Amino acid sequence: MIIQGKDVYFTDLNKAIKQADATEVTVENIIGQRYIGSGVEGKNLILYGTPGNALGAYLNNCNITVHGNVQDAVGDTMNNGEIIVHGNGGDTLGYAMRGGAIYVKGNGGYRVGIHMKEYKELKPVIVVGGKVGSFLGEYQAGGIIVILGLGVENIFPTGNYCGTGMHGGVMYIRSDVPPENLPRHLIVKKCIKEDLNQIMPFIKNYCQLFNVKEADIFKKSFYKLTPGANHYNTIYAPN
Amino acid sequence: MAINFIHPEFEIIREEKRCIKCRACERQCANEVHSYDQEFDCMESDESKCVDCQRCVSLCPTRALKIRKTDNRYRENANWQQQAMEEIFRQADTGGVLLSSMGTPKDYPNYWDKILINASQVTNPPIDPLREPMETKVFLGKKLNKLEFDENGELLSEIPPQIELEMPIMFSAMSYGSISENAHKSLARAATELGTCYNTGEGGLNQDLYKYGANTIVQVASGRFGVHKDYLNAGAAIEIKMGQGAKPGIGGHLPGRKILEKVSRTRMIPVGVDAISPAPHHDIYSIEDLRQLIFSLKEATNYEKPVIVKIAAVHNVAAIASGIARSGADIIAIDGFRGGTGAAPTRIRDNVGIPIELALAAVDQRLRDEKIRNDVSIVIGGSIRSSADVVKAIALGADAVYIGTAALLALGCHLCRTCHTGKCNWGIATQREDLVKRLNPDIGAKRLANLVSAWNHEIMEMMGGMGINSIEALKGNRLMLRGIGMSAKELEIFGISHAGE
Repeated sequence: MIIQGKDVYFTDLNKAIKQADATEVTVENIIGQRYIGSGVEGKNLILYGTPGNALGAYLNNCNITVHGNVQDAVGDTMNNGEIIVHGNGGDTLGYAMRGGAIYVKGNGGYRVGIHMKEYKELKPVIVVGGKVGSFLGEYQAGGIIVILGLGVENIFPTGNYCGTGMHGGVMYIRSDVPPENLPRHLIVKKCIKEDLNQIMPFIKNYCQLFNVKEADIFKKSFYKLTPGANHYNTIYAPN
Repeated sequence: MAINFIHPEFEIIREEKRCIKCRACERQCANEVHSYDQEFDCMESDESKCVDCQRCVSLCPTRALKIRKTDNRYRENANWQQQAMEEIFRQADTGGVLLSSMGTPKDYPNYWDKILINASQVTNPPIDPLREPMETKVFLGKKLNKLEFDENGELLSEIPPQIELEMPIMFSAMSYGSISENAHKSLARAATELGTCYNTGEGGLNQDLYKYGANTIVQVASGRFGVHKDYLNAGAAIEIKMGQGAKPGIGGHLPGRKILEKVSRTRMIPVGVDAISPAPHHDIYSIEDLRQLIFSLKEATNYEKPVIVKIAAVHNVAAIASGIARSGADIIAIDGFRGGTGAAPTRIRDNVGIPIELALAAVDQRLRDEKIRNDVSIVIGGSIRSSADVVKAIALGADAVYIGTAALLALGCHLCRTCHTGKCNWGIATQREDLVKRLNPDIGAKRLANLVSAWNHEIMEMMGGMGINSIEALKGNRLMLRGIGMSAKELEIFGISHAGE
């Protein structure tokens, strides 16, 4: 089923998508309509154009493919499903996501993966092909963030304050130079084969989705970032 | 060993003639104050661990116990009082940020106590609520300025979603994790029986409590704990927590040691991992951003649920509320600085924010001036202690109130203000199984229902005295209020006259 997005108000567009009597719904000519896929279940959405903020918020049992760029807060608090972006992502991509996967072919904005969590069998994954802005994985509490840094040379592809307040989960960042100025509580390790095995399925997925050669990915090293002891429990004095 | 500068705050007085050495006090005290000395066949106590929660006093079968304030004191000094000195000792010992629980105990002005309520005499006679109809039902949500009907008198206008309450009193947000499962059960059952709502706080919703959904407000805060589609659709409304009266401008932190199996399940995070709610929502830096979160929640729930935005009462609260009223929110909840908390930095709790009475008066007036008062309902909280406070709040412009501390008191809390230790002897602010089961949710629900229905009756009596028979006619009716012992500026902010005027 195909729905046209041009000049349609966001509430009407989202209503049409929710009420569409088909599991596969294609929406063409999207021009910044917000909340697409928020609260949609059991559908496969294929989007052309540029969806607005909060695409796939609270996503549950739903997959979204975007042929274009996306804006901010994609996959906010998503529970499961997949969001695939054939373009660039914006700020707070995957805010507090608990499960499912987000693949972005190009770059991400600020605060990607902020407050990402995990719970039992739910283990969220974000894979960004290019670079991201500052505060990557801020307050990260679970899940896996992979930044491939494709097209980035001689600079760590994450901006400043990467992993501030991180207290769970893991980040894998591909770079030809080691990270600098990370928060002191993070544990940084250059990946060996066993580490990379943990993310092989996601890298294979990325390569397949966006037609990238797997061998090219492994031409550079990966750095693995995990949280060490945090200071939250030691700063207080009962009064 | 370092010298401990701080003398225990309390003394435990045990009347030896009455004590039968049954050791009930020992079993009841999670702080391990009491112990039995076999050699001398007597009970002993370590008062340094006592928090004055009164559990042992209440359960001593022979009333042999009482707890009193120690009369040991430092040399008197009006400027450097004992508490100020002890707080310095504590920080010098630990290097820590001082952490306290519950609302501020400081002696700030309480304006509810400086406001008096009117009554009718001779003309416009009082109404007796026992014999005549009296309505305390309220609907919370955006009200339309105009209703349209078709030629058959059928309503054409689409009424925005509302919360329907039998009385203008709800239980404020207290998360599962900060309070116990049995406390939550008590609140949920009482809210259902009373026809009002309780609030999950930012701790998710226990599966067993989904059945009380029609009387539940589900909260979404910066940590997004336990938030998923079913949760959002489970309640009568969704509350976005931007701030809390006891700790404006800072977030929350439930330490990993309190995230046990059941708490982990409702928060949907692993056992033992810290649950950190940052001070800001990192996707909200403006009213436009707030609007985005409100509408993403509305989209996820098909526009069927009113959205509440909860803020702390701070200096510019009127301007902030005006922004929120324009953001698409259906209800604004304002929490005053005397409001409770499971844990907050002492300095913030005792110094940041403003009293709810002033905030309410300012917000209601501002929204009226801007002609947007009907676009939102106003719910206030932050130390509502009696039905009289409720009546004054409604006459100042609130649609309903939240009660938190009062509800906990009904459950047995004695305001010992040590919730942050997790060793609540009353089974309220704890996750220890043996302590939680001390609070029977059937009894808890009954006590809460007793309290609120008693208040509701008192509200009707006060309304009746004013010759008012519906809560709607009391709302924003500041003519029913007079100030006592207030300055001209205070009266101006409240928009009321002084008693005698």
